[in-house]
Amino acid sequence: MVDRDSAVVRCRRYRRRILEISQQVSALHIAPAFSCTEIVDLIYNELMADANGVDDDVFLMSKGHGCMIQYVILEERGILTRGDLDNYCKPGGVLGAHPDFGTPGIRASTGSLGHGLGMIVGQAYAERLKRSQTRFFVVLSDGELQEGSTWEALSMAASLRLNNIIAFVDNNDFTSLERMSVGQPAFYPVVDKVASFNWSVCEADGHDSAAMCSALSTLDTAKPRLVVAKTTKGKGVSFMEGVPIWHYRSPNGEEYERAIAELADAS
Amino acid sequence: MRNKFSDAFFQASIENEKLCLIVADISPAGSLAKFRERSPERFINVGVAEQIMVGIAAGLAMRGYQPFIYTIATFSLYRPFEFVRDDLCYQNLPVTIVGIGGGVGYSTLGATHHAQEDVALCMAVPNMTVLAPCDPLEVESMTKWCAYQRRGPVYLRMGKAGEPTFTESAEPWQFGRIRHLRSGADHCIITYGVVTKLAVATAEGMERKGIRTAVVTVPTLKPLDREGLNEILASFDDISVIEESSPRALGLELEALAFRTGYRGRLQKFSLRDEFIHCYGSHDDILAAHGLTVDAILNRIVTEK
Repeated sequence: MVDRDSAVVRCRRYRRRILEISQQVSALHIAPAFSCTEIVDLIYNELMADANGVDDDVFLMSKGHGCMIQYVILEERGILTRGDLDNYCKPGGVLGAHPDFGTPGIRASTGSLGHGLGMIVGQAYAERLKRSQTRFFVVLSDGELQEGSTWEALSMAASLRLNNIIAFVDNNDFTSLERMSVGQPAFYPVVDKVASFNWSVCEADGHDSAAMCSALSTLDTAKPRLVVAKTTKGKGVSFMEGVPIWHYRSPNGEEYERAIAELADAS
Repeated sequence: MRNKFSDAFFQASIENEKLCLIVADISPAGSLAKFRERSPERFINVGVAEQIMVGIAAGLAMRGYQPFIYTIATFSLYRPFEFVRDDLCYQNLPVTIVGIGGGVGYSTLGATHHAQEDVALCMAVPNMTVLAPCDPLEVESMTKWCAYQRRGPVYLRMGKAGEPTFTESAEPWQFGRIRHLRSGADHCIITYGVVTKLAVATAEGMERKGIRTAVVTVPTLKPLDREGLNEILASFDDISVIEESSPRALGLELEALAFRTGYRGRLQKFSLRDEFIHCYGSHDDILAAHGLTVDAILNRIVTEK
């Protein structure tokens, strides 16, 4: 069972570290990373099989622009170094605003939306052929479900019966321009659409690790599984929550102090 | 070509257990059906969904497999182009992209099915290797090579069926090298792919006019055999390029080489036109509509200064 309190502490720490890095560069995707912080934390710290085992599980950030949360977790695990993150988006550094294949801990180059799930289908099928126990965790943005390629992948994953895929949709209801529910109301209901492609699907509070975990446990393990995680873009910093500009803006000094204060451990 | 590809692929799949075939709703004819029967788990039909065809191939390659994707050239390349570029080329994965009917091979299906820019497009993308066999024998050699290569993505530009052979007596196909099909001291035709037939017929026509004509093929368009082509530029002062491709492919590359090496001779280019042609008929009919016939080429070579 997930220890909710530890998850809360970890996620506050991750958010603070992301804010710290935001002070070194003019722009980075803070709000998209804050929106999936609990999801990625849950995957790495609770769901994935221990690293260095025979059939290590795989995580892919299909919504590549949310990669700051992956970077800080990889840093904490010693897979990326502090220097790697200090040189984020700088010449000579290895980390950019989208994950890059070949970087330690990064399993594919994403950032262009709608690519991640397809590559996961191929990888999951490969491991099926090898009869390994590796499972594939992937985080998609809700905007990625506007890409036709994602639906091609959803259909093939279920057709190939890839029950080694566990996907999360970071359903913050925002794309870069506007709310999904405003720009494309027919997008909803998501759960029914994906379920009709023969996935086992549920909805959960995407900022509540225990709730996501228990929702996941109700899903059919014979099918590919997907959790529609209801999230808030910019979660954790009041003035960023649901405000589109924070999709791609770094806080100034004063905003940074306010944000850090809101994320203090004592709160 | 398709049959020879199928035979070679089937044979290689017995020797290399990592070989996979992903098709997008195209009939696995000949030996491909045998492959599907023998190794059903290594054959995937994604249906009419080319982006996931590329995505699955990328994923398989990332986990140690050697995938081929296989459909009509426009659909293996154009429809999922950004997936070819990002998933395969950017990540440099050893996936073979088979394009059936590259150029204007699907002559009755109209321009939606003509891949006339395929070679130019593929040559422009980093990490991509471009192979264009001229006959079934080259298809066989290249398929075997693709079954084991670890360079990265390869575009294998194929014809359809019924192509004659030209290379029985040539030196064996070697990756990255031009091939000398025919010798002659006065003029050299440089070509590749299915229109090698047209190039050879043109050379024979020139011979009858007393112009001794060599034919060289460029089966590997990228990486280009610059050394081999520089030797041609040094050995001839009358050269023509015949290609079933938009005007932005081999002819342009050769012009650039000629400029850099200070070539002072004549260099003529014969390619598909830079336009969509509304024409239906045989493959030869479509080539003719683009100005690619033996007579038209001969006439320009003999009359143009």
